[in-house]
Amino acid sequence: MPFAVVLILLVVGSILFHLLSPWTFTELASNWGMVDFTVDITLYVTGFVFVAVNLFMAYCVIKFRYKKNARATYEPENKKLEAWLTGLTAVGVAAMLTPGLFVWAKFVDVPEEAHVVEAVGQQWHWTFRYPGEDGRLGEVDNERVSAKNPFGIDPEDPNGQDDVVVYSPEAHIPIDQPVKFLLRSKDVLHDFAVAQFRVKMDLVPGMDTFLWLTPTRNGRFEILCEELCGIGHHTMRGAVIVEDQSDFDAWLDRQPTFAEQTSRAPGNAAIGAAQYTVCAACHGSEGQGDEAVNGPKLAGQSAWYLKRQIMNYKNGLRGVHKDDTIGQAMVGMVAILPDETAVDNVVAHIVTLPDNPAPVTIEGGNIEDGQQEYRVCAYCHGADGLGVQALNAPRLAGMSDWYLERQLQNFRNDVRGSHPQDYYGFQMGLMGRSVYDEQAMTDLVAYINSL
Amino acid sequence: MSYVAIADRDHEQEHHDPDTFITKYIWSQDHKVIAIQYGLTAIFVGLIALGLSAMMRLQLGFPDEFSFINPENYYQFITMHGMIMVIYLLTALFLGGFGNYLIPLMCGSRDMVFPFLNMLSYWVYLLSVIILIASFFVPGGSTGAGWTLYPPQAIMPGTPGVDLGILLMLASLAVFIVAFTMGGLNYVTTVLQARCKGMTLMRMPLSVWGIFIATILGLLAFPALLVSAIMMIFDKTLMTSFFMPAISSMGADPGYTGGSPILFQHLFWFFGHPEVYIVALPAFGIVSDLLSTHARKNIFGYRMMVWAIIAIGGLSFIVWAHHMYVSGMNPYFGFFFATTTLIIAVPTAIKVYNWVLTLWEGNIHLRVPMLFSIGFVFTFIHGGLTGLFLGNVTIDLPLSDTYFVVAHFHMVMGVSPVLVVFGAIYHWWPKITGKMYNETLGKWHFWMTFLGTYAIYLPMHYLGFQGVPRRYFSMGNTEFMPDSAQDLNAFITISALFVAATQLLFFINIIWSLMRGPKSDPNPWDATTLEWQTPDHPPKHGNWGHHLPECHRWAYDYSVPGYEDDFIPQNVPADKAPAGRDHGGEH
Repeated sequence: MPFAVVLILLVVGSILFHLLSPWTFTELASNWGMVDFTVDITLYVTGFVFVAVNLFMAYCVIKFRYKKNARATYEPENKKLEAWLTGLTAVGVAAMLTPGLFVWAKFVDVPEEAHVVEAVGQQWHWTFRYPGEDGRLGEVDNERVSAKNPFGIDPEDPNGQDDVVVYSPEAHIPIDQPVKFLLRSKDVLHDFAVAQFRVKMDLVPGMDTFLWLTPTRNGRFEILCEELCGIGHHTMRGAVIVEDQSDFDAWLDRQPTFAEQTSRAPGNAAIGAAQYTVCAACHGSEGQGDEAVNGPKLAGQSAWYLKRQIMNYKNGLRGVHKDDTIGQAMVGMVAILPDETAVDNVVAHIVTLPDNPAPVTIEGGNIEDGQQEYRVCAYCHGADGLGVQALNAPRLAGMSDWYLERQLQNFRNDVRGSHPQDYYGFQMGLMGRSVYDEQAMTDLVAYINSL
Repeated sequence: MSYVAIADRDHEQEHHDPDTFITKYIWSQDHKVIAIQYGLTAIFVGLIALGLSAMMRLQLGFPDEFSFINPENYYQFITMHGMIMVIYLLTALFLGGFGNYLIPLMCGSRDMVFPFLNMLSYWVYLLSVIILIASFFVPGGSTGAGWTLYPPQAIMPGTPGVDLGILLMLASLAVFIVAFTMGGLNYVTTVLQARCKGMTLMRMPLSVWGIFIATILGLLAFPALLVSAIMMIFDKTLMTSFFMPAISSMGADPGYTGGSPILFQHLFWFFGHPEVYIVALPAFGIVSDLLSTHARKNIFGYRMMVWAIIAIGGLSFIVWAHHMYVSGMNPYFGFFFATTTLIIAVPTAIKVYNWVLTLWEGNIHLRVPMLFSIGFVFTFIHGGLTGLFLGNVTIDLPLSDTYFVVAHFHMVMGVSPVLVVFGAIYHWWPKITGKMYNETLGKWHFWMTFLGTYAIYLPMHYLGFQGVPRRYFSMGNTEFMPDSAQDLNAFITISALFVAATQLLFFINIIWSLMRGPKSDPNPWDATTLEWQTPDHPPKHGNWGHHLPECHRWAYDYSVPGYEDDFIPQNVPADKAPAGRDHGGEH
């Protein structure tokens, strides 16, 4: 008897859990309401079977529980009953399968008027490419990928010159326009998934895959990679911004084309040197850094990283947290660099500065323990700590150790990397949390100092 | 020379009983000892995998609270947990363990037909386990590629254990498949050739049917895994490009060109989907016998049950790409695979109906094996029904790669078969050891396990609806996820730790039984099948003393009208008891 009661309670409890659960599908933001409809039908059919069969079983357990003088019926089979059950099951299955196939037929058939956005995945971030004015994407090839040509676009292909390249995990699309996301991977499998759109598809190196949708709601929708792609899988995030056509057009205009990107003049170190005199007050005339005024060493840091961080300060992605007082000061300082060209110039000067190892200021760490801690860091920052541009990971070795420790603290406390558009900072925030305490951090810094 | 059945040549055979400790218990060729060796080894690695799942649940429930878990070893934990549970625990336990123990006894044979090969099978399996465990201790650790081992990621930097870890994993799988093939050929040959007189195929207990068909599936499916493991080893060590296209890995060109990652997925799931049924079919068969015995009633629709097992086995080879709806394969495949997948629901549903109808008008003893069996039916219904979501290509769009998938396959392939494993161990424990277990402790074990696992996996489906992706070390701040999702994850972790801890009850019970347990009757459940009719209890080497049994009826003559006892063993001749209803007939 108690068993049957428990079975009944489990059935009732499951229904209640379903009805009361706050955890359910996110609010739909695309045309794929029919996916939800198919889910609903399946839920009703399977829900009915779940309740009916389990309650029947519970009834049997009560009604036919062991009694001393009772005897089971001898009934090897009942063809009629078996045929009925088979038939009804087939009907139920057909009821679920039919809408499923119908919706799938729509999914594989991309509307002709859909505009194309290429989403490119790589360990562990997203970038995007738009076809530009000719409406055609240029040829790409993974073997051509380099720091200067991160998309691997064929420079000989005229279709590629006007391609709009977005080296950021944030894509914009106009509302109510069907869009076909062409999916391409540079390295391993990834998966382009946006919960509110309901559709997802893997990115497979060596081939192009796709999905399509029509966004129906303005807003920012997070992209999650949903195919295991290595240790940083859970940090591979991005966003699709759905907005009105005019906002979209304005945004697209601001993005560089492939031709603009490749023809961009390198920074002028001479001009940069003049501007650097302001920076030198804190970072030192040789970029050697000065802990007393909270200026980290710059010399020897990668140009791409310096540029990105200065741009982040300028664009309000960094130095905006209320507890980041030093970062706030930096926001004031970068204002002397009026535009991207000015940033390029000053960075061009910094990379000419002599790279001497920063003095060790943090003592007391255990290098061997630190080496264990560094195992995870090495995936992105490299075993030598010199950083890997393709992974957006800056150099750590030979830089200011006190700064390293403070930034790790900031990442762990969301003082840095919490701005929704600071995707790379967000990644470091997630990864940095696996350095658990002060001692671990000291050990880690000691190891990095030893590199 | 005409063929003489093995059973008819029995009197010509000389029987050598093993006489030293080593030949009896270590290098034993007795299927019962090999079964126990398989079982103990499988349970041992299963406990390791259970420990790994506790580690990953700690991280998911309480992110960043435990210094011994980081993204690197987390992905190693999930990978090894999955692989161990599916291959080294469930496959080995159902086929190497129960298959070995039950096939000769239920078929009325003296042993497997190739006893030496059978012994070799176990030792090669042990070798594969040792290689697997060794991968934890090599530089870089075990692979963290996920149990599916998808290339390119499995052999490219960025994934833990891309050097020795993945190579040992692949080598271990290859060795396991060698072991399985030796065992599998044995099981199939024994079922086909060494049944006792009168044991026609349509008189065999469903346990044997389930194990038999599952073994055939394994023999056909494992080669696909074997070749993909070897090809991936070549890709890794010889720079071939079977699965490796031209890529730019972390800004460098590793030098591959022209291979296809999707090819690996096809090979993997051509093995992987039948693998689900390699685990499920033995469970289906065993639970049928448990339900029938403890309900004192014949299994309902025996012939349907047999044909359903065969149909499911056959269909399981044409549904594999439902694991790949969003893999980027040609999307038109979706139509075909969704259709075949949902068709497989029909024979599966028939099995469920027939289990439940077996209870109808039975005389149900709610002993421990029966509790586990009914618990199985409940969890299997749940897991089977959620399979209809994921098998339907459209619904896979939002749900694939989320916690819904994790919840579904744990319910259907983790909890359900494990409930059967426990039910079966309790059921056959008296036969294996000659001792009884403690009923009360067994019932507590059931309740904690059954309710605890439901508390883990029911809510987990809803995290999937919410869109929480699987294989995420941590979520961080993700806007569309309410904070309560984390609370639910904490609840699931507590349930999981609770379930893991309560498995102690099982081990206490069996150790107590071995040391202090009362002697059991030779046939404590009044069961009809031959293993309960052995002359010695527990059965000795050769199983049947001087004379092989003869089978005179099907396995389900329970409560036959006109007969005093409510069961008629299969070896009772037709002139001593009513014939019942028999589909088998004589040879």
